[in-house]
Amino acid sequence: MRLKRLGATLFYALALPVVLIAVWFLATRSGTNGFTPEPVKLVQTFFQTWIGPAFLEDVVPSLTRLGLGLVGAIVVGILLGLVIGMSRFLRDLLEPLLEFFRAIPPPVLIPVLMLLMGIGDVMKVAVIVIGCMWPILLNTIDGVRATDPVLRETARSYGIGGLARVRYLILPAAAPRIMTGVRQSLSVGLILVVISEMFAAVSGLGYQIVVFQSTFKIPQMWSGIVLLGIIGLLLALVFQRVEHVVLRWYHGLREVENGGTR
Amino acid sequence: MTATVAAQENAAAALPSRARAPHRRRRSTALRWRRVLLGAAGIVGFLLLWEIASRTGLVNPQYLPPPTVVFGELFRQLTTATFWTAVRQTMTSWAVGLAIVAVSGTVLGFLIGLSRFLKRFTASTIEFLRPIPSVALVPLAVLVFGIKPESAILLIVYAGFWQMLIQVLYGVSDVDPVAESTARTYGLGRWARIRYVVWPSALPYIVTGLRLSATIALVLAITAELVIGVPGIGSQIVLAQNGARVPTVYALALATGVLGLLVNFALRLVETRLLSWHSSIRSEVV
Repeated sequence: MRLKRLGATLFYALALPVVLIAVWFLATRSGTNGFTPEPVKLVQTFFQTWIGPAFLEDVVPSLTRLGLGLVGAIVVGILLGLVIGMSRFLRDLLEPLLEFFRAIPPPVLIPVLMLLMGIGDVMKVAVIVIGCMWPILLNTIDGVRATDPVLRETARSYGIGGLARVRYLILPAAAPRIMTGVRQSLSVGLILVVISEMFAAVSGLGYQIVVFQSTFKIPQMWSGIVLLGIIGLLLALVFQRVEHVVLRWYHGLREVENGGTR
Repeated sequence: MTATVAAQENAAAALPSRARAPHRRRRSTALRWRRVLLGAAGIVGFLLLWEIASRTGLVNPQYLPPPTVVFGELFRQLTTATFWTAVRQTMTSWAVGLAIVAVSGTVLGFLIGLSRFLKRFTASTIEFLRPIPSVALVPLAVLVFGIKPESAILLIVYAGFWQMLIQVLYGVSDVDPVAESTARTYGLGRWARIRYVVWPSALPYIVTGLRLSATIALVLAITAELVIGVPGIGSQIVLAQNGARVPTVYALALATGVLGLLVNFALRLVETRLLSWHSSIRSEVV
């Protein structure tokens, strides 16, 4: 019985990908279409292109920039969000301004920051920090503001103030919203690292992919697309794990609440 | 997993506006004035700091011209035909891309969401394709379409489609089982159930999906213009940058921010129009 269910799960997980790959295989068998490579050749190219020195030269710098930028954005976003969210005055003062900055499409930052900081790594990391900060910042502000008033009053009656208040009341209350902000910023970060490298770089994934495309190395170009896809997928999986751990209590709470009302 | 993620996103997106609405109405007008004045003060203060930083040479004014210069350039841009052509081109890509996303996402979302088999059958593929960043398709777009607007539309559709699809899928499965059984008991047919039970339940999610993809669509329209050179505001920024017309770069960057605000505003309007019944029901119950 359990074996049967496992079989069904496997079938559903693999059936469509297998069909799609088969279609792809058959469609490219003639080998006349210059734009789409054959699956087997793509896998070969993938390993030839990215495993080895290219991994250190192009993939690692891109991932480092992305990592630094995201950490920066998360730290700055949460800290500023807590400060602004906890003060009514700051909230009212800054909210329209922040909404405007958020509305600027993040890629526009690249030409602007190139003017201010040149085309080095500092610019690329700064682009990611600034571009990814808004969703985290604004979600943190909203999360802080939406703290349950009963909990807030209770904390006040018990004389919980200062850092303890932030640590035990405000941060947990805002955590689900903060995680929503972080999830939104992940995809923005990946976009920004790639296009900042397409714009101005001598190394990195975005740069390499553009080089492949402009020299018509089509299978290599596709392998770059695949690699970006894998990175995006891994990023999403890592985030899912982190979110699961950070918000374990929250999901549990929601389950209990939903179970209770239904 | 997908469902819970979408649910949170949805709950998070819906929460502030709904939770705040009745509260805000009760607030006195004095408080609202305070908000408006403080908000204006924040903007003026920021511009003042910027002006001082640039005028005193704290930041090299060659790279950060003062706002008076930038806004002068922005107003000059507003009188040129080039600017408005660029805006039209950007917004055309945006609108076409978003329309394709809205229709395909909704139709496929209903198709897949209404069938348990299709939902399980496609889940792994959707989960795999969704996180692929659409900028990965930039080289492909260049090869196939070059600098035609189709390049921008390809990126917009890829990025927006998953956002939309996931929301619709979640909305379709969020139908209240009691409503569904009631409809069945009253002998409503399949189409009638879709029209009167599933559609209204899914509508809030569809609108949320539309709002999320509208923002993404604008980002990608401008990305395509910046990186590929599709004509529009983004390519104007690159031209200004290459020509070292620094104030123009800033002025156009501000203009994209205004476009972003307008897009947000328009979608909020659509949301309140389409969902007025929904919020009103909610606030009565609460």
